[in-house]
Amino acid sequence: MFLYNLRLAFLSLKRDPILTALMIGAVAIGIGMSTTTLAVYHAMSNNPIEDKGNQLYAVQLDSWGANQAYNDPDEPPTQVTFRDGQALMKAAKAKDQNLTFTTSFTVQTDKPDMKPDLAQGRATYRDFFAMFHPPFEYGGPWSKEADDGAQQVAVLSHEYNEKLFGDVNSVGKEIVLNNRRFQIVGVLKHWAPSPKFYDLENDQFGDPEDVFVPLNLVSPMQLHVNGNNSCWGPPGDNSFQGHLDSECVWLQFWAELPTTADRDAYHDFLDGYVQEQKKLGRFPRPLNNRLNDVPQWLAYNHVVSKDSEALVGLSFMFLAVCMLNTIGLILAKFLRRSGEIGLRRAVGASKAALFRQYLVETGVIGVSGGLLGVLLGWAGLIGVRHLINDSDHYAHLDWTMVGVSLLLAILASMLAGLYPAWRVVRIPPAIYLKVQ
Amino acid sequence: MLSMQSISKIYRTDVVQTHALRDFSLEVKEGEFVAVMGPSGSGKTTFLNIAGLLESFDHGTYMLDGEDVSHLDDDGRSRIRNERIGFIFQSFNLIPDLNVFDNVDVPLRYRGFNAAERGRRIQEALEVVGLASRMKHLPSQLSGGQQQRVAIARALAGDPRILFADEPTGNLDSLMARQVLDMLEGINSKGTTIVMVTHDPELARRAHRSVHVLDGQVMDLKAVPDSKRDAATAKA
Repeated sequence: MFLYNLRLAFLSLKRDPILTALMIGAVAIGIGMSTTTLAVYHAMSNNPIEDKGNQLYAVQLDSWGANQAYNDPDEPPTQVTFRDGQALMKAAKAKDQNLTFTTSFTVQTDKPDMKPDLAQGRATYRDFFAMFHPPFEYGGPWSKEADDGAQQVAVLSHEYNEKLFGDVNSVGKEIVLNNRRFQIVGVLKHWAPSPKFYDLENDQFGDPEDVFVPLNLVSPMQLHVNGNNSCWGPPGDNSFQGHLDSECVWLQFWAELPTTADRDAYHDFLDGYVQEQKKLGRFPRPLNNRLNDVPQWLAYNHVVSKDSEALVGLSFMFLAVCMLNTIGLILAKFLRRSGEIGLRRAVGASKAALFRQYLVETGVIGVSGGLLGVLLGWAGLIGVRHLINDSDHYAHLDWTMVGVSLLLAILASMLAGLYPAWRVVRIPPAIYLKVQ
Repeated sequence: MLSMQSISKIYRTDVVQTHALRDFSLEVKEGEFVAVMGPSGSGKTTFLNIAGLLESFDHGTYMLDGEDVSHLDDDGRSRIRNERIGFIFQSFNLIPDLNVFDNVDVPLRYRGFNAAERGRRIQEALEVVGLASRMKHLPSQLSGGQQQRVAIARALAGDPRILFADEPTGNLDSLMARQVLDMLEGINSKGTTIVMVTHDPELARRAHRSVHVLDGQVMDLKAVPDSKRDAATAKA
């Protein structure tokens, strides 16, 4: 019976092409608007590391000055100092932990015709790869010895490897970073977590870095941070070591804590660490250490903006207006077929059978409007990308959103069809037959 | 086959009540061909709607095919309309988007027959009305008489116990009207009970008997002479 109803729906839609176009158009415009805003919201609120997002914790230590909080009312810094980060790494109290910051390199290869290139870099520990799961195309992470010995080894992103060497395995080759020769030990596959959760301080929706190197090269190479660096007092003397020893926060620290017991224990450890530092005259503020897992961290950093939430709300209101119009159009269409309704009732169709028939018809309107709406939404996202710089990572449509939009269109259309269908099946058939 | 006792039907609005049927009683035996006559507004269409379970009534009892249908719910009435009743309307009531085959198929779809059974019944019904070769035609491609024959095929396909015809020749010229009436007589001769509403005395004379309705009541019962009935049966 469903296929029969489907066929009747297509025949009915063909019968009144203008009315049909108006109904599908109304659904499509509402769905298109909702798809655009929902897709942005969905991409922004995406958990980019679902499999262990609840085990990875961003660490906050309130090392800020006594006079004023890092952020009102009493929020601790979102990054850590170099000395605290190194201390936490050395303590190694978590299953895995990672201290990391963003930097930049001038890059050269052995190709004589290559001009020096400026690359985004990330100094980090090897645990970065174990914790955040970037997939490797060739090779793998550097060794623990490379971490400890500050060896000049590098992992390249897929895109940067392609830029330097073409689509080949470059493991074992050398590149020159800031005038030092580095051996390539690994090349990542395409990896673009969005939002870039592991460093929300710097370009939340940007690409991951081009080159990854051991963090312990920070001193020998005097690697400067290429991102947010916040200080509550003078950064000591003007030397590089003075910068490392200062109370400036510019590194991200992550700990992998598989269970809540691990998390609680780690929190106690952090409190103990801060208490020790207080004895040394640091950490003048009250204990205020924080552990946020990935979803909490995204929320804490307002990755989904209030504007985006408001736009989703507005688009749904707009969809409601479109669907109210659709209700009127569907009702007009159904009532125009009163003779057929009366006839079907007369020859034995139950109210329920006719109700199903008309719901299938509104479902077809929903699918058609949904497909067109997805196209409009896709066009809307192209518009967003043109209007807002660096919005490529969140202004896009994935298959989940296509499915959600279609489902929304079908549900909205069927809801819109409920009243007209209920209305027409309730009228006694004799009335319809009389007007024939 | 059909037994109505003291049926009354009142249409109410805020300001006026109209007694469409009052104390209406009628018996139709199995295999009969009964004409219901009366002027416009006399209540004959209301009678037909109630008899065909298209409308409910306020008082009285109604037995159809041995079953008390006075208090059936909507689903029960739909089921009986589908399984035991056939309708023929003055304006044919064919669905314009569906071809002849699909129009005849409409009641069978709600009967739950499989495709093969539906196909067989449609073929047979269209052969009875002589339109088996026009299965793929749309109603707009047929003459009025042919459209009414499709409507008759649609009514017959479900093998109903009783046919209700509302001015079945009202929209046809005299030649077409005669063909349709011949067809109804033929169907009746094979055992299907027919109740036909008309205000044409010529048509009424083709029935076994005619019933006159005035002001919502049966006025008298006129039996058609046996010779007429026998002649009609022999013709079929």
